[in-house]
Amino acid sequence: MPRKTYIAAINEALMEEMRRDKNVFLMGEDVRLGVFAGTRGLHAEFGDRRVIDSPISELGVAGAGVGAAATGLRPIIDLMFGSFLYLALDQIANQAGAMRYMFGGQATLPIVYMTQNGGGIGAGPHHSQPVHPFFMNMPLIKVVTPSTPYDVKGLLKAAIRDDNPVVFLNQLTLGGRRGEVPDEEYVIPLGQGDIKREGSDVTICTAGLMVHHSLKAAETLAKEGIEVEVVDLRTLSPWDETLVLESVAKTGRFVAVDESYPTCGAASEWAATVAEKAFSHLKAPVQRVTNKPVPMPASPLLEKAVIPSSDEIVAAVKKTL
Amino acid sequence: MSVSDISIDKILDIYTRVLRIRRFEEQVALLFSQGQLPGLVHLYIGEEAVGAGVCAALRDDDYIVSTHRGHGHVIAKGGDMDRMMAELMAKSTGYCKGKGGSQHIADFEIGMLGACGIVGGGIPVAVGAGLSAYYRGTDQVAVTFFGDGAANEGSFHESLNLASAMKLPVLFVCENNQYGEFTPAETVMNIKDIADRAKGYGIPGIIANGVDPLKMYTVAAEAVARARAGEGPTLIEAKTHRRGDHAEGEGAFLAGQTYRSEAERKAAQERDPLLHLHNYIAENDLIPMERLESLDQEVIEAVAHSVDFARSSPEPEIESLFEDTWV
Repeated sequence: MPRKTYIAAINEALMEEMRRDKNVFLMGEDVRLGVFAGTRGLHAEFGDRRVIDSPISELGVAGAGVGAAATGLRPIIDLMFGSFLYLALDQIANQAGAMRYMFGGQATLPIVYMTQNGGGIGAGPHHSQPVHPFFMNMPLIKVVTPSTPYDVKGLLKAAIRDDNPVVFLNQLTLGGRRGEVPDEEYVIPLGQGDIKREGSDVTICTAGLMVHHSLKAAETLAKEGIEVEVVDLRTLSPWDETLVLESVAKTGRFVAVDESYPTCGAASEWAATVAEKAFSHLKAPVQRVTNKPVPMPASPLLEKAVIPSSDEIVAAVKKTL
Repeated sequence: MSVSDISIDKILDIYTRVLRIRRFEEQVALLFSQGQLPGLVHLYIGEEAVGAGVCAALRDDDYIVSTHRGHGHVIAKGGDMDRMMAELMAKSTGYCKGKGGSQHIADFEIGMLGACGIVGGGIPVAVGAGLSAYYRGTDQVAVTFFGDGAANEGSFHESLNLASAMKLPVLFVCENNQYGEFTPAETVMNIKDIADRAKGYGIPGIIANGVDPLKMYTVAAEAVARARAGEGPTLIEAKTHRRGDHAEGEGAFLAGQTYRSEAERKAAQERDPLLHLHNYIAENDLIPMERLESLDQEVIEAVAHSVDFARSSPEPEIESLFEDTWV
C-alpha cells in the first residue's frame, strides 16, 4: 500500500470529494495557495468559484457557510487555526448548531469547519488552543480529530458527505507523518472508534496526537509486561461509547488521555461515562491525563510540559495497576 | 422607478402585506397581554413598510433572513398565519413544531431562512444564501433585515465586506427604529446615517423612508434589479420607528423609568405606514374604499382563524424532544 503524509491524505480527500460532488466548495484564508498544503492544487483544478480565498473574517465566513448549506450547497470552511474558531462562535454555535432543531427540521446544514487544533509548534496561545471540548458540548455538531493519514482521508470524506455540521480538527504536528493510504476509494463512518493497539490489562481512550503519545507509552509498558489497549475514538462527537465500554469490560482499567483541559474536557466525559456505565468492571479508579490548565505557552519547553507526555501516560497507567 | 409608476395591483399587494402584519401583530399584543403566549414577542408595528415594501419587490424563490422582530418578515414573504400563531403558542403544528417560538420562525418553502434571536446573527447567513445563488448561477437574491443595533455588530461589517468583495446578490436592509432595546441609537454611534457605512465597503448606501411602503418598494426594486444583474449588494437604511417598546410586557422592567418622551412617541405614532398608504390610496382614488374595508375584514378573519387553529392544536409530544436533531 502506498505511504502518504497526513497532509497529502487531506488533499486527496478534498480533491476526490470536490470531483465527486459539484456542490462541494472550499472557502477560507489562503486556500488557493494552501498554506498547510492540504488545499494546494485545488484551485488549479476547480477554479475561483469553488476554491474561494476569503477575507480574514471568521464570523462572516462561518456564517456564509451556514447560508450556503441551508440553500443546498456543501461548504468546507477552512478556519486555519482552532483558536480562530472562537471568532466564529456565534455562527457555529447559535446558527449552525441550532438551526435544524429550532426550525423544526426544516434546515439541513452539511458544513465542514476545518481547522488545526491544539499545540505542539511553539506558536503560543492564539494558535494552539485545544478547542474540541467546546464543540463536543454542542449537541448537534459532530467533532472529528483523526490521528493517522489513513483515518484523516476516510473521515474527511465522510465529514464532507455528512448532512450535519462537522468541526473537523486536524493537527499541524501530524501533518508530515506518513502512513499507509490506499489509492482506492474508502470512507470511514463518523462515530466509529478504532483500536490502534490491542491489550488486555488497561484501556486508554484517546484521539488525535495523543494516540501517538499513548502508543509510545504502550510500547514502554509492554517492555514491563503491561499490555495496554489504545482506543482511538477518531470522532469525538458522537463518540464510540460501545467500543470503549467493551474494552473496559475486558481490561477493568481505564485511562483517558486528552489534549485539552481537565475541567469539562474530553477526558472528563470519557472517564465519567466509564465510571457510570462500567463501574462493576473497574478494578481501580479511572485516571485522566490532560493538558495543564494554563494557556499554551510559546516556549517549546513549557509547551511540552502542558501537553500530556508519554511518561505521564505511563505513570497514569501504573496508577491503575 | 417612482411611486407613481407602481401598478394598482402592486399597490394592493403591498397594502395587503402591511395590513396582514398589522392585524396579526395587534392580535399577538392582545394575546401576550392576556398571558396566553410564552416567551418573548417583539412586535413589528410601525415598521411594516419595510418588510412589506421590500418583500413585494422579491420573487418567491428569493431568500430573506430576519431578526428577533421577525413576524412581519414572515408574513411579508407570504408565510402562513396559522402556523405562525401555532408557533407563538408553542404548538406542534407551528412552523418549528414549538421548538423555535417567536424569534426563530422559518419557512424554507418560501425562502424565509429564519428569524434570529442574536442581534446581527442572521446577516452572514443571508450572505451565504447570496453566495449560493451566485455559485449555482441563478439570479436569486438574498435579503437580510436587521436593526440599527446590529449595524454595530462585527457580523454586519464582515458581511458587508464579504458580499462587496464577492459582488454577491444581497440586500442589506437596516430597519433603523432608533433604539437598541431602550438605548437611543444616536448615543452609541457617532454618525447620523447608517447608510454612510456602505461607502466604507464600496457599495451603494441608500436612505429610505421606512414608514412609506411604496417608497420602500421602489428603493428595494432598484437594489434587487442591481443584485440580479450581478452588480452586487446594496445597503438600504430604512428610517422607521417602533410603535411599542422593545418587547411586549417589557415596560415592567423599566420600573416607571422612561426612555423616550411622550411627544416623540406620539410623533412616531402619527408616522403610521398603514395610515400613510391608506391615505395615499384614498387621495389618489386608486382602489375603492369598500375594497379596502372588505380586505380588512378578510384579514381580521384570517387572524382569528390562526388563533383558533393554534388554540386547538396539540402541544408537542415529549418524544419530539429528540426529533430534528442529527440528519
